Amino acid sequence: MSCIIDGRTIDAPPEPGQCLRTYVRDHGVFGVKKGCDGGDCGACTVWVDGTPVHSCLYPAFRAEGHEVTTIQGLAGADGTLHPLQQKFLDAGAFQCGFCTAGMIMTVASLSAAQLADLPHALKNNLCRCTGYRSIADAIHGVGETEADIGGQACGANIANPFGPGIVTGHACYTMDVPTQDMLHIKVLRSPHAHARIVTIDRSAAEAMPGVVAVYTWEDVPQRQFSTALHEDHLVDPDDTYVLDRVMRFAGQRVAAVVAESEAIASAGCAALKVEYEVLPTVFDPEAAMLPGAPILHDKGLNVPTNIFAEIKGEVGSIAAGFAAAEVIQEGTYSTSRVQHAHLETHGSIAWLDQDGRVHVRTSSQGPFVVRAKLSHIFSLPVRNLHVFTERVGGGFGGKQEMVTEDLCVLAALRTGRRVKWEFTREEQFTGATTRHQMTTQVKIGAKRDGTLTALQIRVVSNTGAYGGHGSETLGAALGPPMTLYRCTNKQADGYAVYTNVVPGGGFRGYGASQTTFAIESAMDELAGKLGMDPFALRRRNVIRPGDWMESVFPDPGEIDFGSYGLTQCMDLVEAAMAAEGGTASPAGKHWAEGTGMALAMLECGPPTEHRSGAELRLLADGSYHLAVGTSEMGNGTTTAHKQIAASILNTRAGQVAIINADTDLTPYDTGTFASTGTVVAGKAVGLAAETLRDAILDYAARHTGVERAACRLEADHVLCGNRRIRLTDLHAAGSQEGFRFIAFRKSYLSPRTVAFNVQGIRLAVHRVTGEVRLLRSVHAADVGRLINPMQVRGQIEGAIAMAVGWTLTEKMPHDATGHVINPSLRNYRIPAFADTPRSEVLFADTYDKLGPLGAKSQGECCINPVAPAIANAIANATGQRFGHLPLTPDRIYDLLGVA
Amino acid sequence: MDIGTIKTLLRPRDAAEITEWSPSRAWLAGGTWLFSDVQPGTDTLVDLGGLGWPELEPAADGLTIGATCHIATLYKFTAPAEWQAASLFRHCCEGFLAGFKIWNASTVGGNLCMSLPAGPMISLTSALDGVCTLLPRQGAPRTVKVLDFVTGNNRNVLAPGELLRSIHLPVATLRRRAAMRQVSLTKLGRSGALIIGTAGPGGDFALTITAATIRPMRLDFAAMPDAAGLHAAIAGLPEDHWFEDVHGSAAWKRHITPHLAEEIRQELSA
Repeated sequence: MSCIIDGRTIDAPPEPGQCLRTYVRDHGVFGVKKGCDGGDCGACTVWVDGTPVHSCLYPAFRAEGHEVTTIQGLAGADGTLHPLQQKFLDAGAFQCGFCTAGMIMTVASLSAAQLADLPHALKNNLCRCTGYRSIADAIHGVGETEADIGGQACGANIANPFGPGIVTGHACYTMDVPTQDMLHIKVLRSPHAHARIVTIDRSAAEAMPGVVAVYTWEDVPQRQFSTALHEDHLVDPDDTYVLDRVMRFAGQRVAAVVAESEAIASAGCAALKVEYEVLPTVFDPEAAMLPGAPILHDKGLNVPTNIFAEIKGEVGSIAAGFAAAEVIQEGTYSTSRVQHAHLETHGSIAWLDQDGRVHVRTSSQGPFVVRAKLSHIFSLPVRNLHVFTERVGGGFGGKQEMVTEDLCVLAALRTGRRVKWEFTREEQFTGATTRHQMTTQVKIGAKRDGTLTALQIRVVSNTGAYGGHGSETLGAALGPPMTLYRCTNKQADGYAVYTNVVPGGGFRGYGASQTTFAIESAMDELAGKLGMDPFALRRRNVIRPGDWMESVFPDPGEIDFGSYGLTQCMDLVEAAMAAEGGTASPAGKHWAEGTGMALAMLECGPPTEHRSGAELRLLADGSYHLAVGTSEMGNGTTTAHKQIAASILNTRAGQVAIINADTDLTPYDTGTFASTGTVVAGKAVGLAAETLRDAILDYAARHTGVERAACRLEADHVLCGNRRIRLTDLHAAGSQEGFRFIAFRKSYLSPRTVAFNVQGIRLAVHRVTGEVRLLRSVHAADVGRLINPMQVRGQIEGAIAMAVGWTLTEKMPHDATGHVINPSLRNYRIPAFADTPRSEVLFADTYDKLGPLGAKSQGECCINPVAPAIANAIANATGQRFGHLPLTPDRIYDLLGVA
Repeated sequence: MDIGTIKTLLRPRDAAEITEWSPSRAWLAGGTWLFSDVQPGTDTLVDLGGLGWPELEPAADGLTIGATCHIATLYKFTAPAEWQAASLFRHCCEGFLAGFKIWNASTVGGNLCMSLPAGPMISLTSALDGVCTLLPRQGAPRTVKVLDFVTGNNRNVLAPGELLRSIHLPVATLRRRAAMRQVSLTKLGRSGALIIGTAGPGGDFALTITAATIRPMRLDFAAMPDAAGLHAAIAGLPEDHWFEDVHGSAAWKRHITPHLAEEIRQELSA
C-alpha cells in the first residue's frame, strides 16, 4: 500500500485489522495521539484528502492512494505556523496538550457555519484540562499571553514554554518513541470480583509464536507494596503484589503475557486457562463492616476486618454543643466514584543498559517514589534505577500511583529486552483507580442567629480492593472542610473500608471534595431552616485570622494563616451574582431557576512529608539552567518555576532552561501532587535563585572591587556601580578562578498556609425531564499572588469543568458481579464543550507570607465548592434537596414535580 | 483501535462473490463501531467499500438510501421542497452522540445493523416507513420494514452473513409534516428518547418512539388524538420495552416520553 503522510510517500502494507492511527505512528508521526482509541475523544484526528476523520476508527488500508495530513503537516514547509496553531499559542489553549493536536486538526477543518456552533462541532473533541474556555478564545482569536520581559516575569501571562511543541504535534509524551524491537505487555484481568487462583495453564500461550514470557503470581517477588505514591511509605498499606494469587476486584491483574506485538500478547492472554475458586463478594462499605462479611485482606488480626483505617476526633464537647443548639440540621450526602480520565493513559517503557542499570520512562506524577518502590520490590539498589518522565498527558492524581512500571521492570529484568506497557482506555476504568466514594452523615447544631454550636460528621469511604490513599483521603475528608467553620464543639468518625471494587486512589481534591459536598450542602439546608441568606450564615461562622485552626484533633497543627482572602472571595461572588451576566433562563413553564453557593478551604500541601530540591546554574552563554524533580503534567509548574527563577534573577523567563522529573538529572522531589508544585518545589526554586543571585553578585563585587551593595543583577549583565559586566564575561572570569555559579536548595513544607475558594452558580432545572442547565458560574479564589494569572485561571476553569462532570454527568456503576458497566469514554461521559459553562474567575487580593513570592496552592481546592454550589442551586430552584451524586436527570426527575 | 484478531481482509467488487460465511467474519462498512472495540472471535473483515453502491437515489417514488451511504452525505442532501419530512434528516444526524467527523466515515446501514435503541438512523427510517432490502448469502433478496428489522437492543432480523443493501423511504411519508424531540442525560449526548411524529394530509398521525424503548415502537392514529388519548396509547406500551442503560433509566424514559410526545402533538396540531 502506498499513501502520502504529511507530504511524505509511505509504501508499506498495514496489518489487515490495523487502524490509521497506529499506521501513521509506526511511520514516526507521533503527533497523532491515542486518547480513547474508540472514536470518542478526537485526539487522533487527521485529514484524509482534507476530510477530518478519527484515525483510530479509520481502517488503515483505506488510506491507499490518499493524502493523510496530521498535525505535523499542518504548518508550512518553512515552519510557519498555521494561523490556528498561532491562535492556540496566543490563547494558551492547552494544559497537558494531549488533546491539542486533534483539537486543532478538527477546528482547522470547520466551515463558518460549524465555527458558529462549537457545541456541535466539538462533540468529539474531549479536553480534560482546560474547561474549553481558552479553546473557545483561541478559536475566536482572543489571546492572553504577554511578552516575556526581563524582571517582570512574575505575575505575567508568560506563554507555556512547551506551547510550540504542543501545537505542532512535536511535544514528546511517554509513548512517543519508535516501538520497533520492543516487547509488549498485555495483562489478563480477573473476571471475578473475589476469587483465588487455583491453577493457571500457560502452555498454550507459551507455545504461541511471538510470545516471549508469561508471568503469574508464582513468578513475581514475594514482596508487598502499595501502588500509591507518598513520601512516607507507611501511610499506605503494603497490600499489593506485582501479581497476586487472590483476586479482589473484577479487573485485577491475573497474569502478564510479554510478546513481540500487542496483538500476540493479547492472543496469549486469551490462551491462558485459569481455574478460579470463586469467593463471596461485598461491594457496599457499610455491609463490609458488618460481622460475617467476606474479608478481603487477611492481615493476621485476631478479629479480621475490612476496615482499613478508622479515624476519630473530637474537640470541645459535641454533646454539649447539641445541647446548646436551638436548631439542628441532619442529613446524609454521598458522592460517587469517578475516573480521572486524563487523556494520556497510564504507560511505561523499561529497559536495561550495558551496565545493567534499569531505565524506566513513565507517565507518572512521582518518578522518585516510583524508583523507591521499584527498589523495594526488586531488591535493586536505588543507584541502579533511573526513572523519568517525558511530557505527561494529564494526571489529576491518577498518576500518583504505580500501576504499570513494576510489570515493565519485571519483564525487562527477565528478558533483557526493552518492554512497553500502555493501558487501553478500558483498563483506565477497570485496572487503575477512582475517586473514593464516600457517604457522609452531617449533623449541625446552631443558635437561631446562625452561630454554630456543634458540627459532627460520620464518613464511610469505600477504598475498594486495595487501601492506597485510603487513610490519607479519609484524613483530608475530616480536615479542612471541618476546619473552615469556627465552632467550639466538633466531632468526626471516619472509616475507610475494603470492598470488591476497583481501588480508590488520589484524585484532585483528595477526600476533602467529598465532605465539602456534604458539609456545604448541609450548611445550605441549615440556612434554609434558619431563614438566613447562605452568605450571611457563612460570614457568621467562617474562620478568621487569629482563630485557632482545627478540625477535630486537639493537637496543634502546623497550619497558619499566611494570608486570608475568604471574606473577599465571598464578597466577590456575591456581588457578581447580584449583577447582570450569564445566560437567561430558557423559556417555558417547566423551567425552574435557582442560585447556589458554597465554600472550600485547603491546607496548601499535604500533612505527610513532602520535599523538593532545585539546582540552578549560570551557563557560559549567560543563560540559566534549572533542574527540578517535579513532573509537568499540564499543570503549568514548569512555567511557574521559570517565572519564579527569572523574577529573582531579574531576567526573562525564556532565559531559564528547565529540566524536570528525572531521577538521574534532577534533585529529589516527592512528586507533583497535594498542591505542592508551586508552594514546595516553587519554594526550592526561589531559594536556589536567591542563592545563585547572591553568589553572582558576591563574585561580581569581588571581581570588580565595587561594593556589594552597589551591584545589581540585570537581564544579561551585572551592574557594578557604573560598570556593566556581561554575565558571559563574568562566568568566564569566575570559571577561570574556579568559582562555580551553581546553587542547590531543598525545601520542605512547614508551616502550611491555607487557600480558599468560593463558587456561585445560577441554573435552571426542567421539572419534567430533569435536565439541568448551568446559566452562570462565578468563582473566586484566594490563592495569594498569581505567578501566572492565565495559568491559574486555566487551572480553575479546568477544575470547575471536572467538578461539573462529577456532579452532573459522570458515574461508574458496576453490575451484580462487580464489573464496571461503562468502561469507555462513549459510555462514561466527561464534560464536552456543550456541557461546560463559561466561568467568571475572580481573585482575592492577597499576598501570602509563607508561599514563594506570595503564592499559594491553586490546583485542587477550586474543584471542591462546585458540586455543592450546583446542588444548592438545584435545591433553591426546586425546593428539593439532592444529596447523592451524580445529579443526572434520570436520578432527580421524579422528585421535581411538574409546575 | 487496532483489531489484533484480524488475519484476513477480503475486498470483493460484488457482494455475490461472498458465498461462504462464518461467525468469525464481519462486514466492514464505515468501521466506526468495529474499530471502536475489541472483536474477540472475529478474524476476517469483508470490506463493503469496493461494492460501489450508490449513496442516495431520489426518485418519484421516494428516496433509496444505500446502506453504505455516509451520514455526512445524508446530512448534506437537499430534498425536493415537497418532501417536508426530509427536515428530519439533519435533525437525526445531529441526534448522534457522534459528531461530524464520525459522519465522514460511518454509514446509515451500519447504524441500522448495530440496532442500538438510540440509533438515530433507525429513528429516522422507522418513522418514515422505511423498507430495508436484504441480501442473504443464498437465495433472493428480501424486504422488511425498518420497524420490523430491529427486534431489540443490538438485535435484528439479519441472518448470518445477510447484508443490508438499502433502505427505501416512500414518497408519501416524505411528504408528511414531521416533528422531532430528543432528550439526553448530557448535552447533545446519546439519546434517552428520540421521538418523531408525522402528520398526513388527511389528519392522521404517526408517533415513533425510539431510544427510550428497546426497539422502535410505532403508534398510529387515524386522526390526531387529544392529549389524553396520546398519553393512554403510550401508557399501553409493553412495560418490558422501556430500555434501561447507563444513558438513562427505564423509569425516566417512560416518564419523559409522553411529555415529548405531547409537545410533538401540539406542534403538529398547530
